[in-house]
Amino acid sequence: MNLVTIAWKSIRQRALASSLTALSVALGVMLMVSVLVVHGIVNRVFSQSTSGYDLVVGAKGSPLQLVLNTIYHLGDPVENIPYLYYKQLKEDPAIEHAIPICMGDVTQKGNFRIIGTTSEFFLLPYHPNREFQVRGHLLEDDFDAVIGSQVAKENGWDIGSQFQPVHGASDGHVHDEKFTIVGILGPTGTPNDKGVFIDIDGFYQIAGHEKPLDEAQKKAKDFAEFERKKAEAAGVAPPELPDALPGEKPAPSAHDGAAETKPAAKPDAHAGHDHAGHHHHELPDEQKEVTAVLLKFEYVTLAIRTAAKINGEPYAQAAQPFKEIYWILNNVVGNIRWLLIVMTVLILVVSGVGIFVSIYNSMADRRREIAVMRALGAQRSTVFWIIFCESVLLCAGGGLFGMLLGHGLVVFAAPLLEAKTGLLINPWAFEQWELVLLPAMIGLASLIGIIPGMTAYRTDVAKALQS
Amino acid sequence: MSLRLKDVRKSYIEQDGTALPILAISQFELKSGEQIALVGESGGGKTTLLNVISGITTPDSGEVVIGSTDIAKLSEPSRDRFRAQRIGFIFQTFNLLAAFTALENVLLGMSFSGQRADRKRAKELLGKVGLSHRLNHRPATLSVGEQQRVAVARSLVNRPMLLLADEPTASVDAKHQATVLELIRTACSEQQCALLLVTHSAEVAAQFPRVERLSDFNKAV
Repeated sequence: MNLVTIAWKSIRQRALASSLTALSVALGVMLMVSVLVVHGIVNRVFSQSTSGYDLVVGAKGSPLQLVLNTIYHLGDPVENIPYLYYKQLKEDPAIEHAIPICMGDVTQKGNFRIIGTTSEFFLLPYHPNREFQVRGHLLEDDFDAVIGSQVAKENGWDIGSQFQPVHGASDGHVHDEKFTIVGILGPTGTPNDKGVFIDIDGFYQIAGHEKPLDEAQKKAKDFAEFERKKAEAAGVAPPELPDALPGEKPAPSAHDGAAETKPAAKPDAHAGHDHAGHHHHELPDEQKEVTAVLLKFEYVTLAIRTAAKINGEPYAQAAQPFKEIYWILNNVVGNIRWLLIVMTVLILVVSGVGIFVSIYNSMADRRREIAVMRALGAQRSTVFWIIFCESVLLCAGGGLFGMLLGHGLVVFAAPLLEAKTGLLINPWAFEQWELVLLPAMIGLASLIGIIPGMTAYRTDVAKALQS
Repeated sequence: MSLRLKDVRKSYIEQDGTALPILAISQFELKSGEQIALVGESGGGKTTLLNVISGITTPDSGEVVIGSTDIAKLSEPSRDRFRAQRIGFIFQTFNLLAAFTALENVLLGMSFSGQRADRKRAKELLGKVGLSHRLNHRPATLSVGEQQRVAVARSLVNRPMLLLADEPTASVDAKHQATVLELIRTACSEQQCALLLVTHSAEVAAQFPRVERLSDFNKAV
């Protein structure tokens, strides 16, 4: 029988005390593993998703909210910006890609966000060297839709499936327009997996997504005026922008468009719309809005210069996703992580002290057992290593069980976390930190095992046999 | 293997610092394969003598020669190894380890002697003491007599040349005393193992060809 077997049998002899001791270690490790795994996932999701874009342009307000809403589909949009503004950005030669993002609707089944955009969105890598994989094809027709892998999985949708968007506001109005799924994205591990992407032209054709005419007219005038002044100041010809809209009477609208501004609810919500099928009228650009625009530059310096220019104007703000996420990871997620790690390390230390107390207390009862082993010829070092092995087995066993429990906890909590945060959680994600955990536990066990081991080492055999 | 004690002195230091002599033996000898009953009163130094012979404690002075080795002159690890390989020990209270089965208790003796665990021999010995059907039972589920028989098997598993038995029948009822004693003596005869059995029972001592009174050769008390 080797020392480990002897130690294991001694542990089994005190099954209840040993189990409770190992469990206290397991709970500490479970907390630490779940913290590490969730933190790793959050970190990865945030850093992966930002890497594709240099700037996010949206309405003035919180840059963090703009980034979280546009890229991570978290929270509500700040406001909308004129479609004309997006067009200007699109024509800017300094900008390599300008991708419009329109939000405001969700799917009836699963409540997944619907994002109006163009196929260009899928041409940019979502992570360095990782491009979108699409089964089927990208957005070609106005009522085409491409869905994320998670949407396909959860809703059981496939190519050819159809759905009707639901207005994202509290009214829960189901739009008449039907979209057909033409492509399914491969898993990316980003919030895109939970996105439903529809063609921007189709988005504008959804009843109520147009800006009310009077409001649009006013905004267009303001915008044109501002552009004229800007051109004058710069000594260049003003851009050709209409200062009035086509002579169309303001259309009644039930919705405030793409998470849109807040037009007054109209009594006849869908007057003039074809409820039976698609409503193919071309909306004037002045009545269109976008929630945000994703920008990609050839050179980062251009992005910084453009951001400064946009932020100096009254119409929009430009946020750097990397900067915002870096801030949130460092100042919020990072601090919470450290706090939790410190707490769990303390829990582990307390568990370690528990193991020490448990083994040390048992030594008084085991003096005779140790003396018998010595009388049978066991050397001092042998009984030391037996006790030491017990400590390591309890810690390592508790640690391994805790790692399983930690991942189990993440598995259990993953759907809840996903529902609450919109982040995709891979419960079986393994953190490199975990590789350190087990050796650390064995190190802790070694420290803990030394004192009881020495007590066994010093046992006075003659005295203990007589006791 | 013979045992020879010469000028062995052992004292314990009391709390007030004075030395309390326990053993003062000028000469004591046990021949190879011989069986002796050592009779003594309580507090007469019987257990200390066994501890000195087995190397659990060392004498303050003198020689404790087993075969050709003066165990008193060995280092502690060497004494432990010598004890594990050459000396068998039977305790009054059996001292089986509660976490281990009857078979494992016997195998444990082998493990400490550095030998490969010979399960066949361990089972054979347990069979000889009539416990073939109780191999996987833990001490708590064995009767007192059965526990003592496991202890006998454990003491003999390493084929010792000297068996030390400290009141081995004291905890066994009168009905089983003779059986246990017979078992020990027969096993020792079969293995050509010298036996030094400590007892305070005249009845037990009467069954041995040689009986020594500790007080006759221990001048400390």
